[in-house]
Amino acid sequence: MREIEYSEVVKAVKDMIMYSGTDLPQDTYDALKQAMEEEKSPVSKEVIRQILENADIAKDEKRPLCQDTGLAVFFVKVGDEVKIKGGLLKDAINEGTEQGYTEGYLRASTCEPFSRANLKDTVGYNLPAIIHFDLVAGDKIDIEYAAKGGGSENVSRAKVFPPAAGKEGIIEYVKEVISDAGGNPCPPITVGVGIGGTFEKAVISSKHALFRDIGSVNADPEMAELEEAILNEVNKLGIGAMGMGGTKTALAVHIESNPCHIASLPVSVNVQCHSSRHTHITL
Amino acid sequence: MATYNLTTPLSSEDTKMLKAGDTVFLSGTIYTARDAAHKRLVELIEKGEELPFDLEGSVIYFVGPTPPKPGDPIGSAGPTTSYRMDSYSPTMLKHGSKGMIGKGKRNQAVKDACVDYDGIYFGATGGAGALLGKQIKSAEVIAYPELGPEAVRKLEVEKFPVTVINDTYGNDLYQMGREQYEVKD
Repeated sequence: MREIEYSEVVKAVKDMIMYSGTDLPQDTYDALKQAMEEEKSPVSKEVIRQILENADIAKDEKRPLCQDTGLAVFFVKVGDEVKIKGGLLKDAINEGTEQGYTEGYLRASTCEPFSRANLKDTVGYNLPAIIHFDLVAGDKIDIEYAAKGGGSENVSRAKVFPPAAGKEGIIEYVKEVISDAGGNPCPPITVGVGIGGTFEKAVISSKHALFRDIGSVNADPEMAELEEAILNEVNKLGIGAMGMGGTKTALAVHIESNPCHIASLPVSVNVQCHSSRHTHITL
Repeated sequence: MATYNLTTPLSSEDTKMLKAGDTVFLSGTIYTARDAAHKRLVELIEKGEELPFDLEGSVIYFVGPTPPKPGDPIGSAGPTTSYRMDSYSPTMLKHGSKGMIGKGKRNQAVKDACVDYDGIYFGATGGAGALLGKQIKSAEVIAYPELGPEAVRKLEVEKFPVTVINDTYGNDLYQMGREQYEVKD
């Protein structure tokens, strides 16, 4: 059994968070650059130019890309031949999150649902982190992280369709969600679509789909084709960058599909803003 | 679509010159407020009590910044989604405020209030918090410090880049832009 020090996990998580707060990942930067070149609206083109200039300033001066530095979301795969020495993995991730958000001068955005009291002095600075665990073979711990902002999360939706809805029903549903959202989720967006499984499996899959690099191709050719079809339809909506009208409403559509019940076709749409801050490490 | 340099406070003369789609570089004093602060400000207006700042010609920025790094006046400071302020903005405009800076759609009541009281809804680029934060030269909490990022701040800005979304003539850039680029099958 391999052992990893608790403090090593804390440090790795802290570093991921501080880095993601200021440095836009290359895949997102490249996709935005391409979108700027292809965008037909001069207003939207200028918005994307500002977004790229913002990314350059944030990286050079180590300033947060956006004031909404998100809730911290993790997908963690834990090998069955590795253990944490000196504490629980979950605690280490939360501790690293708190340190990263504090030391990186990122915003504490967690609050109590009804009083809206900020939890920074009670539960912890931007805690609790949202953590999804999976158990796998091996002696490694794989941690995927994304900062998830509120504007894009607020437009996300899920629904369980009858099986007859099929691909056409899914395309129409995604279009409806993105059309209603307009400029609110800060386009050009990435659209995560979770298909199949149970209700919650579809929702979690739609979240995880947003962690994939923009520009990567879905390993399932049928899903790759559906992603292309949805992207094409979404970009016909004319919403454009920040909703100002244009041809680049979405940078990408990512699908994760699962087997489902014979009676159901669950579909979830989770949206990520143009500042798709995500990163990945293996310990 | 024209480009203007304007200094706050804004007059009706300033706002009536602007059309949806225009670019404006704002300089001078602006005030920050999000949902929680708006609720308190509108309560003061309704009670006829004094506000923490003069509403006449004021521009309100919907923002909850990140904490400043040592030596900086403010952290990253891009706009938050504006619809959460829709129920308060008409009252602010009615009592003299002339501009709002945010992102995303407003409801019809806000658009109507822009027409009735010569108000402008400006859009700033969401997610450009580092770039926009640099145009803020000073920041001072002037009310509700207990609201943390949501406190009311007095900001001095220099050439703060915004786009006119809703003008005093009832135009809406979000609708106009979308209609222009929508592809109907």
